[in-house]
Amino acid sequence: MMNKFINGLVKFVDGDFTISTKRKAKPARRHTDHHEPTFKERFTQWHDEKGPAFFKAAYGIASIVICLTMITILLITASFLPEYGNPDNPVNNEVSERYIEKGLEETGSVNIVSGMILDYRAFDTLGESHVLFTASAAVMLLMKKEKKGKEVSDKFSPKRDIIVKTVAQFIIPFLLVYGVYLMLNGHLSPGGGFSAGAVMGAALILFSSAFGYKKIKTVFTEKFIKIVTLASLLFYAGIKCYSFYTGANHIPTGIPLGQPGAILSSGLILPLNIAVGLVVTCTMYSFYSLFSKGEI
Amino acid sequence: MGPNLLNNYFETAAMILFGIGFTTLFLQPNLIKKVIGLNIMDSAIYLFLAAKGYIDGRLAPIVVNGVTDMEAYINPIPSGLVLTGIVVGVSVTAVSLSLIQKLYKEYHTLDMDEILTKVSKEGDH
Repeated sequence: MMNKFINGLVKFVDGDFTISTKRKAKPARRHTDHHEPTFKERFTQWHDEKGPAFFKAAYGIASIVICLTMITILLITASFLPEYGNPDNPVNNEVSERYIEKGLEETGSVNIVSGMILDYRAFDTLGESHVLFTASAAVMLLMKKEKKGKEVSDKFSPKRDIIVKTVAQFIIPFLLVYGVYLMLNGHLSPGGGFSAGAVMGAALILFSSAFGYKKIKTVFTEKFIKIVTLASLLFYAGIKCYSFYTGANHIPTGIPLGQPGAILSSGLILPLNIAVGLVVTCTMYSFYSLFSKGEI
Repeated sequence: MGPNLLNNYFETAAMILFGIGFTTLFLQPNLIKKVIGLNIMDSAIYLFLAAKGYIDGRLAPIVVNGVTDMEAYINPIPSGLVLTGIVVGVSVTAVSLSLIQKLYKEYHTLDMDEILTKVSKEGDH
């Protein structure tokens, strides 16, 4: 049904030049026949000649009207929203109160957001990691070259520009160290697995574009990335299985929360941050790699 | 109109950005620009959520000096939601860009109208 409708729409839009040549013969025939065009014929003629332009204009006007209406409705809604920055807003209810007041005590994490997403709502974060993994699998499915065994030519490899190379030499170690810092300090300071993964993925992408595909392939082969991603996801899932099992049966987990503020504290949040960071790093790099050369 | 249109300037900006993204999605025939519009909409949502979580004069939700009082920190929940949004946005962008690249290899154009035209011509015979 939908397909038919789209096809009809396309034919309607695509009236352009092929049909207008057909139309040129028509007036002559009409003169010889003395045939008065019926309303239906006149409509088809108008439809074929003016239809595409009319439809384009109508589509443009209709979409502008729809968009302006939507912006107006949204702005009116925004004007009725509770005041910005007011502590009495309905958003600041008992849920956030509970997270802030009990978060440090229950998760051991100084960073309350980190404690929230990797302890109270760790299942949600597991889903997020799987979303990334699924996206990279889908991209691999779509972008991977069909011909196997053929070596990727260096034709599309980035030019080994001396400026990029020198700057990359200086900046990549710092980027990697900063990424590791963010990953290991996710429970103590702003940061965490996702941002660390983005930073480290950026470092890998820079390395790949500065030094070519061959150098990065000494470590980051397809197999390595697959193993790291799957191992991290399995580790995450297994560790959460354990904590759900113990939590549901009211058994103590036996994982010490440690001193708040120390680097080895807050129980499972540190290893989970590392797992998430590795998944995100591998996904970011594999996106770049698949888009640029069609394989990892 | 309500009283808070100019007080809620972050929310207002988020709504306008969302509208810009939505309009881009509607009016641009180029598929890459449609993805850009989608990303602008994403960013508008992040801005909106971040603005919802903010409370005047309070700190980021990282415990300092052991103070675990609700009066000291902003709302941590919208921050977590923004994180989810960013991840999903990145994934959607990557998958749609790879689909677009496939379409370009097949039809040699990024214009959606032209692609639909070619699809319908292929369907005719």
